[in-house]
Amino acid sequence: MSQLHVTTKINGDETEFLCEAEDTLLDVLRDRLGLTGTKEGCGTGDCGACSVAVDGRLVCSCLMLGAEAEGRDIATIEGMATGDQLHPLQQKFIEMAALQCGICTPGILVAAQSLLERNPDPSEEEVRYWLAGNLCRCTGYDKIIRAVMETAADMRRAS
Amino acid sequence: MRYEAPRRLEDAVSLLAGQDGAHVLAGGTDLLVKLRSEMIEPEMIVDIKRIEGMREIAAEDGGWRIGAAVSGAEMGEHAGLVADWPGVVEAAGLIGSTQIQGRATLAGNLCNASPAADSVPAMVAAGARVRIAGPNGMRDMDVIDVPQGPGKTALERGEFIAFVWLPARGEHSSDAYLRFIPRTEMDIAVVGCGISLSLDDGDRVTAARVSLGAVGPKVMLVEEAAEAITRRVLDEAALSDLAAACSAAATPIDDKRGTIDFRKHVAGVLARRAAVIAAKRAKGETA
Ligand SMILES: Cc1cc2nc3c(=O)[nH]c(=O)nc-3n(C[C@H](O)[C@H](O)[C@H](O)COP(=O)(O)OP(=O)(O)OC[C@H]3O[C@@H](n4cnc5c(N)ncnc54)[C@H](O)[C@@H]3O)c2cc1C
Ligand code: FES
Ligand code: FES
Repeated sequence: MSQLHVTTKINGDETEFLCEAEDTLLDVLRDRLGLTGTKEGCGTGDCGACSVAVDGRLVCSCLMLGAEAEGRDIATIEGMATGDQLHPLQQKFIEMAALQCGICTPGILVAAQSLLERNPDPSEEEVRYWLAGNLCRCTGYDKIIRAVMETAADMRRAS
Repeated sequence: MRYEAPRRLEDAVSLLAGQDGAHVLAGGTDLLVKLRSEMIEPEMIVDIKRIEGMREIAAEDGGWRIGAAVSGAEMGEHAGLVADWPGVVEAAGLIGSTQIQGRATLAGNLCNASPAADSVPAMVAAGARVRIAGPNGMRDMDVIDVPQGPGKTALERGEFIAFVWLPARGEHSSDAYLRFIPRTEMDIAVVGCGISLSLDDGDRVTAARVSLGAVGPKVMLVEEAAEAITRRVLDEAALSDLAAACSAAATPIDDKRGTIDFRKHVAGVLARRAAVIAAKRAKGETA
């Protein structure tokens, strides 16, 4: 079977790749494009480690085919920092030790960014519900939630 | 496996009709899980998201036409739809996490034909219909007639749902959906209940539709439950009769997530609570 040729935008860059029809977007990102920041925890939509934004909408890249990316605008964790300048969420996660092994972290950062873009002043409950599809085996969540709340507060003060 | 993303409805129909083992792809939140676990081995996947109109929510015949590729998140952001059918929107909004919401569709939830599908009882209570595209043109079907049992639908070869249609919402009318799950998020319904009702000026129920999910092989419309509250004010006696009718109608299984008795009881409790919420909404109160 011949491979599919897909043209898409990833973190603002025009990108082309070849993939098999059954490859997920996660397979493509990691194995064909070398963007290994996006993680695979489960492959079944349960853990959120594979979170990316597609046309501004948060999705699990393990539940989307690479072929579906044609003409779309995809944002991954690799696009979050600006050069050497970490995104405020990334900076805060380090400061507050909101990560341990780090497998869940890219997905949580991408998901949290998507929340703050929509809602700069979320309640703790809103943060917890928004991130309910992002599992973490290490931290117990508390530091993650606090880091997101504090980042939101910092970003509101800065704007 | 081939992947096709046609732009025209007719092309999708001929692809689906012309190939054994062709599967429709909407949000993929069921299909991709099955594909990855090799529960299905499709010859072809027909992605319907690029077909014109599939991603639109549009007013039609006083109600709303929801394209088969509209996600739960998009429904929740549509003020007109939320105002008319808050119960359907909240049911779709219970499907999975934020990430799943970004992709999951009503028609996908319906065609996956799980007895526990959350949006289906809400659509049944709403009296929703679907428009089906197929080799012989378009036909309409009530949502309740689509699932035929776990994993089975009434759709024939080459057919797929083009959109879901929710009827016009009259004055003093609203709906609600509640489910019971052992956790607070990300779980499969043990019982689900959808209620749509209309009230007169004296808060008497003039019309109602009550549905139950996850307590039988497919969604059920419980006419005795609707009858139990019609022409009555929703006082304690009416709500008790409603709950009793739902408990009696439920035919659940016994498993580790709930015994038969528990599920029957919960069906009544949810119906009572959903009726109160729907009535509040119908009166214009927030609930
Ligand atoms: C982590 C996770 C959590 C979930 N939680 C819930 C939950 O709480 N409640 C719940 O009800 N479900 C849940 N689901 C299941 C799933 O998300 C829903 O059933 C969803 O609505 C499916 O929609 P989809 O568009 O993604 O369907 P798809 O996966 O694209 O399709 C599902 C099935 O329907 C067929 N199909 C799709 N669209 C059409 C169409 N227009 N015409 C004909 N056939 C079609 C497909 O061929 C496939 O067989 C969950 C899934 C995951 C992965
Ligand atoms: S890897 Fe996609 S949700 Fe777990
Ligand atoms: S830090 Fe290890 S899974 Fe979250």
